Amino acid sequence: MSLLEIKNLQASVEDRQILRGVDLVVNPGEVHAIMGPNGSGKSTLAHVLSGKDGYEVTGGSVTLDGIDLLSIEPDERAAAGLFLAFQYPMEIPGVATMTFLRTAMNAQRKKRGEPELSTPEFMKRVREEAKNLSIDPEMLKRPVNVGFSGGEKKRNEVLQMALLQPKLAVLDETDSGLDIDALKIAAEGVNRLRSPERGMIVITHYQRLLEHIVPDIVHVFSRGRIVRTGGKELALELEAKGYADYEQEAAA
Amino acid sequence: MAHLNVQLANLSVRVDRIDARLDRVERRLGLIEARAPDRIPDDQTMTRPTIAKTDAEQAIAATWTDVKDRLPGPAPLAARREAAFRRFEAAGLPSRRVEEWKYTDLRALMRDAKPLAQPPGEIGKVRARAAGAVLAGVDVRRVVIADGVLLKELSDLDGLEPGLVVGSLADALTRGDSEVTSRLGAQSPAEKDVAFALNTAFMGDGVVIRVSPGVKIARPIHLVFCFTGPVPATVFTRSLLSVGAGAAVTLVESHEGPDGLDYQVNTALEIVAADGAEIDHVKIGLEGGSALHVSTLTAALGRHVQMRDLTVALGGAAVRNQAFVRCDGTGTTVGLHGATMLRGRQHADATLVVDHAIGGCVSREIFKGVLDGESRSVFQGKTIVRPDAQKTDGKMASHALLLSETAEADHKPELEIFADDVVCGHGATAGALDDDLLFYLMARGIPKKEAETLLIQSFVGEAIDTVTNEGIRDALTAAATRWLEARE
Repeated sequence: MSLLEIKNLQASVEDRQILRGVDLVVNPGEVHAIMGPNGSGKSTLAHVLSGKDGYEVTGGSVTLDGIDLLSIEPDERAAAGLFLAFQYPMEIPGVATMTFLRTAMNAQRKKRGEPELSTPEFMKRVREEAKNLSIDPEMLKRPVNVGFSGGEKKRNEVLQMALLQPKLAVLDETDSGLDIDALKIAAEGVNRLRSPERGMIVITHYQRLLEHIVPDIVHVFSRGRIVRTGGKELALELEAKGYADYEQEAAA
Repeated sequence: MAHLNVQLANLSVRVDRIDARLDRVERRLGLIEARAPDRIPDDQTMTRPTIAKTDAEQAIAATWTDVKDRLPGPAPLAARREAAFRRFEAAGLPSRRVEEWKYTDLRALMRDAKPLAQPPGEIGKVRARAAGAVLAGVDVRRVVIADGVLLKELSDLDGLEPGLVVGSLADALTRGDSEVTSRLGAQSPAEKDVAFALNTAFMGDGVVIRVSPGVKIARPIHLVFCFTGPVPATVFTRSLLSVGAGAAVTLVESHEGPDGLDYQVNTALEIVAADGAEIDHVKIGLEGGSALHVSTLTAALGRHVQMRDLTVALGGAAVRNQAFVRCDGTGTTVGLHGATMLRGRQHADATLVVDHAIGGCVSREIFKGVLDGESRSVFQGKTIVRPDAQKTDGKMASHALLLSETAEADHKPELEIFADDVVCGHGATAGALDDDLLFYLMARGIPKKEAETLLIQSFVGEAIDTVTNEGIRDALTAAATRWLEARE
């Protein structure tokens, strides 16, 4: 059975249609890249999948492991195994990163009927994953993302992904605002999480991220839908030729 | 003359109407009011042109006639009580036309005045024994004041640390303790306030605490104020804390009473701190849901004093917490903080006057309000910098989190600066929980209610975390959590 099935998904914001019939199937173990020009609706797709307010789904369906995602709340989608790595991770003053991580992990476990993690077990996991991502443990005592650099924020997203172990991860412009070193660390973190059970959707404008997170399948997104699908070589072609062809094609 | 009086009365009625209309307009315009004061009387005790006394004012006057000869204290104090009562009589209960009470119209809020409370009976004492549970598990010295009377048998007055004196105000007055009576006769930073004048007129009992110079009291003192019922009544308590040079003390007050009983509390605490003293003061308001609570804190601080104050306002129907702090010596640091959490139709007012009478002092105010239902919070912060008070550093911030469309927060920061080399500022905000933050937390699997709780806790945490004593801080955090858990 496929992991994620998006069928003819349509969504609008304030009566303006953004997604115009998205069809996508992600099987376990696959990494899909969605590339497209700015304003094509890539980030909207990520937000609609995760259940952000302000979007109205006007048609289509989304299932994750057979669960109808569109009928449940964002926290339930997370517990069902969906993870969105934010393009702009939020700063939460007054909430220590550790408290946040622990609350999130236990909330998901509770929803799945699993026991809460003990403090030593939780600390052990956090320390291991933080070390893998070169995150200073001192940083975890600070409020979530407050005063973090762009690279630290993105690494913090990958840390959360590593701890929450989702079935499907959607990475929204994980490369934006990162220099090459920060990009490498984040990409290595993502690659460590590739597994035969897990699916990933990497949303990006540029091909450069895909040098580090090599996709199995590349989709071109334009005007609210997927207009072309190919192998990883498609990313190189886009890098060379740009998106101009697709924008015209979709407009036609 | 009679004709003129009628005209004046008409005029004041019209002013009231205009005020009411302005209020409606302002409320429609937005939830925040932060505008310059329009009328500041030089002295709020000035005679009011209004003629009719309210039922409450008449009842207070009748009570005065009835009890004034029975109130404790020697002749000079009786004269002072009389003068304070006259001040009330001339000004009446403060109304919205008194700038300092603009948002908390005591005249309108007090539909009647209850008779003075009777000392608690056996059932009352059982209730008093259970009071103060908010600090259960924290090692404190409990002093219980029930229905306005210090109950020695329920208080922990044995084995006082050397250099610490804790006693009853009524005892001190009856005995004619000259230190206490002269203190009560001295000019107070709250001198002009009518609610405080009423307290001076009617004060019966309270707690007198003295810490000798150089003595550091590690164990916090918990004044457990409670109203036990069974019928509504009025309580006037006055407490005094004097902290000697280089001495240190932590004083917690909690105020509570039964829900559904419209009792009235007028309580005051006067702090005098000598050079180098260190004071932590926490006031926890947990009055019953129908109670009216008016509280005055005054502080006169010497040189190099460290004072940290936190007012937590959770209970009561209408609450006014006013603080008058004066820095008389240089090098002193004052932190006045507040955490207000209201729901239903609760009203809580925090009014602060910090008087930098001398330069080189620091004042910091951080007030956080969480407002649900149709509740309303008021923050009035006035910082006065006298002409020679150079190098004053005064900052205030008041922030309100509105959890409903119908809650209201009024902020009125005021800076009166007469010196030219100072750093002073203020900031005020009011807003809802950030949807993007909520989504971020929910996208990680945290249910909406829990996500809101996390954000609200962190919001009030900034104020609560200023408490240095870990046990008290944890108890307050737990009280805030209980408030959040009771949210619908």
